[in-house]
Amino acid sequence: MRGIPVSLTELLLLIEALQKGHADSNLVVFYGLARSILVKKVEHFDIYDRVFAEFFKDIEFPAEMMTQIQDDLLDWLKDPKTFEGLENREGQEHDLDELRRMFEERLNEQKERHDGGNKWVGTGGTSPFGHGGKNPAGIRIGGPGGGRSAVQIAMDRRFNNLRSDLVLDVRQFSSALRRLRILSKDGQVEELDVDETIDKTAQNAGEIELVFSKPRKNQVKLLLLCDVGGSMNPYSRTTSLLFSAAHQAQHFKQFKSYYFHNCPYGKLYSDMSRREAVNTEDVLKNLDSSWRCIIVGDAAMAPYELMDAGGMLDFSSMNRDTGLIWLQRILEKVPRSVWLNPDPVRYWNSSYTARIISQLYPMFPFTLSGIDDAIAELRKR
Amino acid sequence: MSFDKFQGTQDYIVSAELRDAVNVAISLERPLLIRGEPGTGKTLLSKSIAKALDKPIVNWHVKSTTRAQEGLYIYDTVQRLNDSRFGGGDVENVAHYIKLGPLGQAFDAKERVILLIDEIDKADIEFPNDLLNELDEMSFRIRETGRLVKAVERPIIIITSNAEKELPDAFLRRCIFHYISFPSSEMMKEIIKVHFPKIEEELMTQALLKFYWLREQPEVRKKPSTSELMDWLGALQRAGMSTENLKGNFPFLGVLLKKEADLVGIEKRVN
Repeated sequence: MRGIPVSLTELLLLIEALQKGHADSNLVVFYGLARSILVKKVEHFDIYDRVFAEFFKDIEFPAEMMTQIQDDLLDWLKDPKTFEGLENREGQEHDLDELRRMFEERLNEQKERHDGGNKWVGTGGTSPFGHGGKNPAGIRIGGPGGGRSAVQIAMDRRFNNLRSDLVLDVRQFSSALRRLRILSKDGQVEELDVDETIDKTAQNAGEIELVFSKPRKNQVKLLLLCDVGGSMNPYSRTTSLLFSAAHQAQHFKQFKSYYFHNCPYGKLYSDMSRREAVNTEDVLKNLDSSWRCIIVGDAAMAPYELMDAGGMLDFSSMNRDTGLIWLQRILEKVPRSVWLNPDPVRYWNSSYTARIISQLYPMFPFTLSGIDDAIAELRKR
Repeated sequence: MSFDKFQGTQDYIVSAELRDAVNVAISLERPLLIRGEPGTGKTLLSKSIAKALDKPIVNWHVKSTTRAQEGLYIYDTVQRLNDSRFGGGDVENVAHYIKLGPLGQAFDAKERVILLIDEIDKADIEFPNDLLNELDEMSFRIRETGRLVKAVERPIIIITSNAEKELPDAFLRRCIFHYISFPSSEMMKEIIKVHFPKIEEELMTQALLKFYWLREQPEVRKKPSTSELMDWLGALQRAGMSTENLKGNFPFLGVLLKKEADLVGIEKRVN
């Protein structure tokens, strides 16, 4: 279902709910019911809305329902008071009897749904029959009135701004980063080991001897490298969110972060304005394969910046080794590395350097779901 | 339909969608997972259900250190060890040292109860997974005594989450899900009337205009919630503010904005 993970369990549950009569033969109730059972994340609500609207917008009503609608309309017509505002309107084009006769005729002639146009019963046109239209003296059929239709509710797409590929804040980054952990026993002694205590106590002839064991600690060490300046400026807010989330995260065994411009070369920077430099070699020296590395950057640069010696954009310094070599060096030290790219995925292929880099580093979009995928990749041992 | 139907209570206004979700969860005997902004009444919902259906409620407030086992039962080994060494207590009887946790109490209850598992996402990421089997079977066995704790009447389980952590898919599959959106101003009026039955319509409309305007300002980092709105209205009333006072003036801003930076930024613009 377009990226909404729905399992058989949930489908069966929905069927059970329908059998118990929860949908009340009402599409609006069904909209809420199906959503509460099938969709478990707000991030997916918008997809659900779109699918729902798409599926139900052209729904054909069964014949018996159609007669029901006709009867309702004829009843309304018998009681003109229910047509609010109709009698006061000037320039009426049809009187009620005429309108009613035309309506019956037309409903019988009509074979299909019509939207727009000026004759058939449908929506959005100027025919006197239908809803959402503009005929000053027409008959409104169904459509909004008091309650709203399920398709309209779905078409509102109220949850658009909750889509996971759009909203990012520090907290969400933190949640994503918190999943990056691999536990093992380490650290200060804290927990009472009951089995061991009983064992020791028994050996001690009943004199209690308490044994404590080490709680499990996260073993992940994280290196975060971030492209700043130039083409990354539009994304600076999002990247700074990720940085603050990573700095706030208390659960990494070790955490280091550096900035670079376009491509990491011999120097990395500890501040965003790139004044305080450290040697990349020194940074790499302190790393080993137990580290994980996340690089954030659009990977889009001039080909020589990546492939040529001396190709780095900052002409005041000179790089003997190409950017690509540096990228390979990082990867050798820290094989579990991923690349987060804030550019929309469709642009990746059109950038030569992004293509090259994505062959080296598993590349993920810099969105919440992209980060989730990247972290799943990093969690692989 | 032959089950207890929830319709909301006088002091808790419920949207039609939420009401349906509650009833579906009750009827299908599935846990109801509630998400939503802080202050949208996630926790209050279970109280309202308990009140409407006249059932007792068992609370389980989850903290970052909470483990699934604590929800079932705790075997107080240290107490028993202590008793066996220094005397006192019924040391021979293991059951004496078994204390049922909230989940255990809910299963063990004679009648149907409401079980609130509050802020499930505060705990360890694996926490919900550790409860899967117990929630499915509505039973568990106490290892130490071999006693089977089984729900005679399946409790109505309400779970709230602030989405601090992703919940595992296997867990989500078993739940009915509802997201409480922030109330529209129409619904907010109903909520206000519950808390302030005598409030003037005009004052309420003016206050709500200001309140929703404030929530829309991008520089406000912590958006004021329903409970802050209620505090603010309370403050306005106590100070005898009228609609006139609200025009071109934003009194008691500090009640709505809790972050220093938010307050300073907005204060400059409105007063």
